[in-house]
Amino acid sequence: MKENVVIIGGGIAGMEAARQLLLLGYHPIVVEQKDRLGGHVGQWHRLFPDMASAQDLIRGLGEEISDANIFLETKVNSINRLRDGYQVMLSNGVNVACRSLLVASGFQLFDAARKEEYGYGVYDHVITNSDLEAWFNGKPDVRIPEVPENVGFVHCVGSRDLKAGNLECSKVCCMTAVKQAIEIKEKFPSARVWCFYMDLRLFGKKYEDFYLGAQQEYGIQFVRGRVSEVGETADGRLQVKAEDTLTGKPLRVRLDLLVLMAGMACNPEMTRLARMARLDIDSDGFLKSLDNIRSINASNRPGIFFAGACTGPKTVPETLAEARAAALDIHRYLQKGL
Amino acid sequence: MTDFGFKLSKSSAVELDKVDTTLFERLCEASPDARICMNCGSCGATCTAGPYSGMSLRKVLLGLQRGQDVRPLLSGCMLCGKCTMVCPRGINTRNLILNLCRIYD
Ligand code: SF4
Ligand code: SF4
Ligand code: SF4
Repeated sequence: MKENVVIIGGGIAGMEAARQLLLLGYHPIVVEQKDRLGGHVGQWHRLFPDMASAQDLIRGLGEEISDANIFLETKVNSINRLRDGYQVMLSNGVNVACRSLLVASGFQLFDAARKEEYGYGVYDHVITNSDLEAWFNGKPDVRIPEVPENVGFVHCVGSRDLKAGNLECSKVCCMTAVKQAIEIKEKFPSARVWCFYMDLRLFGKKYEDFYLGAQQEYGIQFVRGRVSEVGETADGRLQVKAEDTLTGKPLRVRLDLLVLMAGMACNPEMTRLARMARLDIDSDGFLKSLDNIRSINASNRPGIFFAGACTGPKTVPETLAEARAAALDIHRYLQKGL
Repeated sequence: MTDFGFKLSKSSAVELDKVDTTLFERLCEASPDARICMNCGSCGATCTAGPYSGMSLRKVLLGLQRGQDVRPLLSGCMLCGKCTMVCPRGINTRNLILNLCRIYD
């Protein structure tokens, strides 16, 4: 009999870990709350830096884990310590005994409506990065005008924001803004596009190429200053205020579409799991790794491992790499029988 | 005029969507690299004339995009070309400045 490993979360971290664990000869049991696998990436359109299709990634992973046990629309009800492992009770009535568990519960997209000054859900043409991806994927959105003339992107929405309780940088949204700004220009070549940033954090492979291309080929303008407030003009356009901190002058601009780069916040499901399994929470609210250099995948509990954004904001390749590392950690843990 | 003891100040806010950027666009035709400045400030820092005349190519490029008259800055440039050596975007800054001067002429 193959040994069970419970994976909590069916996003890319959980899927990739399941794939690796299958290859290593285990029996992964993936527990996903939603009615589909793929998590946030499953709703994305194209992934930087190669503009690969997110749907293809999820489809490919899904095919490779068809031998895993996958429970959709299922929650973990309780996790109890056994002598050499855990008893996991699921909301569908299934009980699993396992020696090792992987937490891959991911993040929650910051609720942009909480930044009231940006008017998400109030004004007609304010959307989030996630809404825009859904639209790229073909989902109709009445908030996006047929031919927008002026488009703005607001970086750091709910990230780097002590007041919003999310001090950390979400890492991916600068690059997402540059990517989406380019995609908007490709769809609407006549549109003028401004990105409002505090710092451009473009740290990954080929990210700077995108920045250069955005300026050189698409004429996208980068304005250093955080959008302070959004209002509506009498004719139904958005009016955005920011300080151009490079010239020290206040700026105003009228827009037809404003895209908020909502960041990665803690997933309440993760907090619930932490309580159940007595996992430590870090000062940023995410799950606490045993240490942040050598043992990002390890938790304070024997046999429980982490992968992906449950320990903090991650890119897609980082998450996949962590999932592989976690699968190997689990393999070693089970072999040693510690 | 009667002095009421107060005056109205003009707003210094820049209306980004209404700024006349014709000059900048013309500059981009002559020197497409004008678009790829990343506001690092190396040019202004190294400029021989900068500390005395206020010249900074960064300020010139940004000012053009904000509708400012940048001629007072430009007039401080002595076309030594030192900024070209430090620009990390590899912009031919001296040539760009010359092109801009030609547009103003
Ligand atoms: S990646 Fe950029 S937009 Fe996202 S939180 Fe960090 S600085 Fe802000
Ligand atoms: S070319 Fe002009 S702007 Fe450049 S360093 Fe010389 S004086 Fe300064
Ligand atoms: S050195 Fe080049 S990139 Fe830096 S501010 Fe000057 S022109 Fe722009």
